[in-house]
Amino acid sequence: MTRKEIISLENVSFSYSSQSFLENINLKIFEKDFIGIAGPNGGGKTTLIKLILGLLKPKSGKITLFGKSPKKGRQEIGYLSQYENVDLDFPATAMEIVLLGRIEKKLIKFFSERDRKIAEKFLKKMGVWDLRERKLNELSGGEKQRVFIAKALATEPRALILDEPLSNVDVGAREELFKLLKELNKSIAIIVVDHNLEILSKYSKEIVCVNKCVEKGAKYHEIARVHGKGKVMY
Amino acid sequence: MVLEALQYTFFQNALAAAFLVSIASGIIGTYIVVKRMSLVSGSIAHTVFGGLGLSYYLGTNPLLGATFFSLIAAAFVTLIRKYARNRMDALLSALWSVGMAIGLIFIFITEGYATDLFTFLFGNILLVNSFDLALILALDIIVVAATFVFYNVFMAIAFDEESAEVRNVPVTLAYLILFSLIALTIVMVIKVVGIILMIALLTMPAATAQMFNKTVKSIMFWAFILTLIVTVGGLFASFALDFPTGPIIILFAAGIYLGGMFLSKIKKQ
Repeated sequence: MTRKEIISLENVSFSYSSQSFLENINLKIFEKDFIGIAGPNGGGKTTLIKLILGLLKPKSGKITLFGKSPKKGRQEIGYLSQYENVDLDFPATAMEIVLLGRIEKKLIKFFSERDRKIAEKFLKKMGVWDLRERKLNELSGGEKQRVFIAKALATEPRALILDEPLSNVDVGAREELFKLLKELNKSIAIIVVDHNLEILSKYSKEIVCVNKCVEKGAKYHEIARVHGKGKVMY
Repeated sequence: MVLEALQYTFFQNALAAAFLVSIASGIIGTYIVVKRMSLVSGSIAHTVFGGLGLSYYLGTNPLLGATFFSLIAAAFVTLIRKYARNRMDALLSALWSVGMAIGLIFIFITEGYATDLFTFLFGNILLVNSFDLALILALDIIVVAATFVFYNVFMAIAFDEESAEVRNVPVTLAYLILFSLIALTIVMVIKVVGIILMIALLTMPAATAQMFNKTVKSIMFWAFILTLIVTVGGLFASFALDFPTGPIIILFAAGIYLGGMFLSKIKKQ
């Protein structure tokens, strides 16, 4: 069975000013993959995600999403940005947040009955429907992440990219969150960035280690190898 | 009797202006507080001084020059945000002073003594005439209509700009519109309390409303009510005490903010 390729990076390099940051990255992600992206802090995990989403431009190489350019293809990706990019004190209810996932490529957007139904569907799927009228800062870390994932899902994506979804989620709720991702993985591809290798290797089908370009990062390599899913990029 | 004030046309105009300005100020103040855009607002407000100077030089209504300059400032802020985000702080401060400098030069080259200078800086709601009222009404309608139309997109960029960009929302254009609405509201608020005091009237009612409300819409509504209370209350108080209106309004706003902080502390315990 050949699986359809959804994300492809060919010989991609990226640098901030003069310092080379990611070099010659080749990566292919297929339908229904569950990819864990690991690597040390400052190793380029988030940079890699931003390149895939067209938020940064590569210095060289080619990136395609669903055979299209990142800027066109990214609309089929649900994205959960890093915690620090999100205003956690934002005065909105869980329902309002999830509806924001229905926003599209235009300036004027009123939410339709269909948008509300879709928001309801994913709030239920993430087990936070009962919390829909709660304000964001009345939710626990784990509940917030479920709401944010519901928002990313409300775009009805073919792949979900989550940048460090476990920060601010207490240990007990982490497994639960990943079980939900595993469930979602039955229909869409999941790409998770995190440093928690234990949980990544338990749930993902493959782990990609990103550590700039030249260094392999032996420790990460080792763990990945032990779990038999290692794929170190360099 | 304080109520005898109501028989004067200037006082009726002032009340009408207070009501109209409270609507726009409540709505836009909420965005400024939620998105922490006080520095942006301060820069736009001080750039407006350049427009006031220009109007003074040309002998036109100050609100026209103010509106023109405020929109230019909004465009500058949008550009700075897009192309020089990591230097935003320094550039906004520069915009702040350059606007003031331009205004001062216009006033300098205008013959005669700049009697209105004090009014520009500290506002005077008691001097609102019927032309001003018509212009404030027009700006109000623009702010309310635009907020209704762009509400969800503003929410999306305010909450998580990066994921809005991934959805291909025209983020920069949305910011240009939002900054322009802030600019128009600042022009109105300047008429009431002037450039120097404007930021407090714009933000303190919304910041107070935020302590007790869950959603952006309800903060907007209560920010409007609180702004109305402090402006109308300030008008009557200043009439009764024969004090300048602007500073009284600002002290009322600060009083409401402090009271709100106190109440929300008690509520939490």
